Amino acid sequence: MDQTSNHFSGSVLFLDRSDINTDEIIPAKYLTEISKEALKPYLLEDLDLPGFDPETDLQSRRAIVTRANFGCGSSREHAPWALEVNGIRMVIAESFARIFRQNMFNCGMLAVELPADVIGKLFADFSGSETTVAADLASGILHFSSGGKTNEIPFSISEFDRALVEAGGWLEFADNKY
Amino acid sequence: MAGKTVAEKIFDAHHVDNPAGDMHVISLDAVFCHEITTPVAINDLVARGKDRVFDPEKIMAVIDHVTPAKDSKTALQGKIVRDWARRNRIPHFFDVGRNGVCHALFPEKGFVRPGYTIIMGDSHTCTHGAFGAFAAGVGTTDLEVGILKGVCAFRYPGTMKIVINGELSPGVYAKDLILHIIGQIGVNGATDRVIEFAGPVVDEMSMESRMTLCNMAVEAGATSGICYPDMTTVEYLWPFIRDEYDTPDAALADYRKWLPDPDAVYESVMEINASEIPPLTTFGYKPDNVRPVSEMEKAPVDQVYIGSCTNGRIEDLRAAAEVLAGKKIADTVRGIVSPATPGIFNQALSEGIIKTFMDAGFCVTNPTCGACLGMSCGVIAEKEVCASTTNRNFYGRMGKGGMVHLMSPATAAATALAGYITNSNLYNG
Repeated sequence: MDQTSNHFSGSVLFLDRSDINTDEIIPAKYLTEISKEALKPYLLEDLDLPGFDPETDLQSRRAIVTRANFGCGSSREHAPWALEVNGIRMVIAESFARIFRQNMFNCGMLAVELPADVIGKLFADFSGSETTVAADLASGILHFSSGGKTNEIPFSISEFDRALVEAGGWLEFADNKY
Repeated sequence: MAGKTVAEKIFDAHHVDNPAGDMHVISLDAVFCHEITTPVAINDLVARGKDRVFDPEKIMAVIDHVTPAKDSKTALQGKIVRDWARRNRIPHFFDVGRNGVCHALFPEKGFVRPGYTIIMGDSHTCTHGAFGAFAAGVGTTDLEVGILKGVCAFRYPGTMKIVINGELSPGVYAKDLILHIIGQIGVNGATDRVIEFAGPVVDEMSMESRMTLCNMAVEAGATSGICYPDMTTVEYLWPFIRDEYDTPDAALADYRKWLPDPDAVYESVMEINASEIPPLTTFGYKPDNVRPVSEMEKAPVDQVYIGSCTNGRIEDLRAAAEVLAGKKIADTVRGIVSPATPGIFNQALSEGIIKTFMDAGFCVTNPTCGACLGMSCGVIAEKEVCASTTNRNFYGRMGKGGMVHLMSPATAAATALAGYITNSNLYNG
């Protein structure tokens, strides 16, 4: 596994809902912070999902698996920043809102889209138990494992998104080029 | 070769690079900035030793989300933007007393033109497409690169055309129309696409109404809403373009280059009969949870808010004042109105609209975004309900644990009078 893909592995948080918006990921009242680290305690504070408790459910998570249109609403990059300072650098979803998705790659983070049936199977197979995922960018495989159960899911990101991840983000990419 | 949509024409005219696949880097005609999403970009540029801007004339900055500052943190955010604007000699910077809600202020100042490319670290930047521009909300990193390099990367956008036929009934507005559209196509119905709003209803609309329409395109996931430039556009812009063109007709002839080709290819075309749309409101926590006001009749509210980049412009205040004239709001309701800019505030003063609001029992605040996103000037408490002319009814949007019902200014005014959700007396349906 190469250096880059090591950044995208670890414990999975399953969020079983579509249309999770950026106000839920990081409420606007915390947008008065000007350091990314200051956002850390507030990630998913207002998530409207029965049974979810950010106090306990975010411990040591490194990736999120969720449904459709994740990150809709506000353009706030504070949403990916709040994920990043909590150690979550990869979101796997059926689809993303455009701005959120771009913000993830602009920060050198990974937003992976998978078909609805594949996401559905991941929820069915893995969401009930502690699960880890590792993204191998070189081979385009997501390795899921839980106890003795494993699954390898192929994924692809665009050439441009890959270039942003490899550059470490859009500023690094653009600064050298434009 | 197939014809082009408006967005395709704009992209091709601003082409800088095609780094990979369908990603296009385009040059920017304007980069708008406010104090919530810009300070982190500014601090990062300073830290990188790149504290400069690509063109100070093409950067417009405002303090609008929390203003005047409510605490030390928001004071610092304002100061970072203020100091940066001065350091970089940015002439178009709007501070306390001259500031207003960005998507109302910047058009009013004449900073938008047909064919422009505009980004801002604010999702409702799509508002400016009302002028026939490509205007998109972006995150702070895109904003930072925009400030530094004057470029931004987008997928070459597919376009969805929505043709609006018929006519809006009395008491039904652009807000009801866009709520109807979002209710039809869903909160991700236009993701990664541009929406062209066309048809006789849009042709008849004022620029204010077109801005309301385009403002909420992002609530369906769209990158930008776009209306076609016409004589209404030219007349709005005329004070700012009279030195560029001999006559309004000459301006219109020039702006026609930003109309779509007759053989433009759309990803989809949708027709809507505006005559069938009643006043609408939202019922859940997503902007596509839309139903007629009549089905929400008598749902009690604690607060009514009239303002924001969606509905804080002069025609919005006029519509609300027409409903409120000579009446008092319910004892159980807190009414708050925020004229979106000092210009709108002044106009409302001179028309007696501010007095109408005050006599009805409304609190009139300075121009600010504050209440819409639960930051200041009208935050609601847990389990409270706000009838609001804003754009998002997300859970907790206007205050933790609170509920928001989106509606037009006329419906909001009628709701303030009744103390519960109800149609305005302007609607006879």
